[in-house]
Amino acid sequence: MTTPLDILSWVLLTLGGLSILIGGIGALRMPDLYTRMHAASVTDSMGAILVLTGIMLQAGWSLATIKLIAILLFLLLTSPTSSNALASAALLAGTVPFEDAGQDEGEAQE
Amino acid sequence: MIAIFGIFLLTLLVITAIAIVRTDNLFVAVMLMGIASLLIAGNFFLLDAADVALTEAAVGAGISTVLFLSALALTSERERSRSSNKILSFAVVSTAALVLIYATFDKPRFGDPEAPSQVHVAPWYLEKTPEYIDIPNVVTAVLGSFRGYDTLGEVFVVFTAGIGVLFLLGSGAPLGSLPQEKINEGLRHHLIPRVVGRVLIPFILLFGLYVQFHGEYGPGGGFQAGAIIAAAIILFALLEGEQRALNVLSARVLLGLIAVGPLLYGAVGVAGILLGGNFLDYSVLSSNPVKGQQLGILLIEAGVGITVTGVLLSIFHAFAARGR
Repeated sequence: MTTPLDILSWVLLTLGGLSILIGGIGALRMPDLYTRMHAASVTDSMGAILVLTGIMLQAGWSLATIKLIAILLFLLLTSPTSSNALASAALLAGTVPFEDAGQDEGEAQE
Repeated sequence: MIAIFGIFLLTLLVITAIAIVRTDNLFVAVMLMGIASLLIAGNFFLLDAADVALTEAAVGAGISTVLFLSALALTSERERSRSSNKILSFAVVSTAALVLIYATFDKPRFGDPEAPSQVHVAPWYLEKTPEYIDIPNVVTAVLGSFRGYDTLGEVFVVFTAGIGVLFLLGSGAPLGSLPQEKINEGLRHHLIPRVVGRVLIPFILLFGLYVQFHGEYGPGGGFQAGAIIAAAIILFALLEGEQRALNVLSARVLLGLIAVGPLLYGAVGVAGILLGGNFLDYSVLSSNPVKGQQLGILLIEAGVGITVTGVLLSIFHAFAARGR
């Protein structure tokens, strides 16, 4: 493994970990289902892409890389679909999106 | 490093277990059970038990969640509140926990090379598998050949469980007797999940077949493959409506599959007797004993996969038929 590739891979892994952390914080802190899903999707999209690309660089040209590409494709297909299904199910079930951005937090929670 | 990951996963598992006990929303409990299974699967994987991890992920986190949800569709979402003696149950639980913790003191340390599981028959299996069966995955060799009786028992457990659930739920009213509009249409009106599902289902089936027939070379085998294939068809049923899934694999065919699996397994065993060996001794199935072993394992794994697929799909359809 050459050093520049190693550095790049670790940068990608760190950024991926960071976006997963941000997604997690957002999923906890956001006010309603839709915004929480929006935050969590950072984990699905940026987190998964960055971490898997980082691991691919570590694996080099091998069978493991092809398997990782397959996993990445699967995630890129399924996670937006499940987000879409979840959001439309929530909308059908009557969950109203959070709207009034002007209110302060105390009022919004009531 | 692995120990730290393991302790982290197990801590999360304890937190999840406490959350499952504390919630009274059954839907939340089912989701948390899926998470718990995934955590256990991760832990198995850390301990190098890839076969068990794959089974736990496919069955525990995948299929059982679907079956629990189908069961929930028949009942209410909230747990019924019961007035129970909390002090008594706390005493029972803590006594059991103390006894279990006391029992762990007698267990060998983690990774101890002198542990009974490392020195009893495991070295013999590791040494003799290349000679007798010549496949890389010793787990499959042990499961299929050396411990073929145990796996036969497991197949019959799955078989019996499937028959039992079908007796309890009924295999569903004959579909012809139902008014046409009552038949579940699935997510036919939702374009995006349908399109993506259509793209993915063939690949999920392909992956199931890979897991089925690659069990001799890597983690996998009949149990995992059966769960994956059943999951693909359940996904089809959810997307396209249950009726179309039943058109592909009707309830009668599924009942046949449940029975064919154990029959195939047992027939391989009986064929061993007829060809002059012992029950479930595959060496006599071919002129070359090693090839015979490989053929036997392939056949019994197919039997396992057929049974698991049939049972899981029958249970799913039985639940769905009750829901109508």
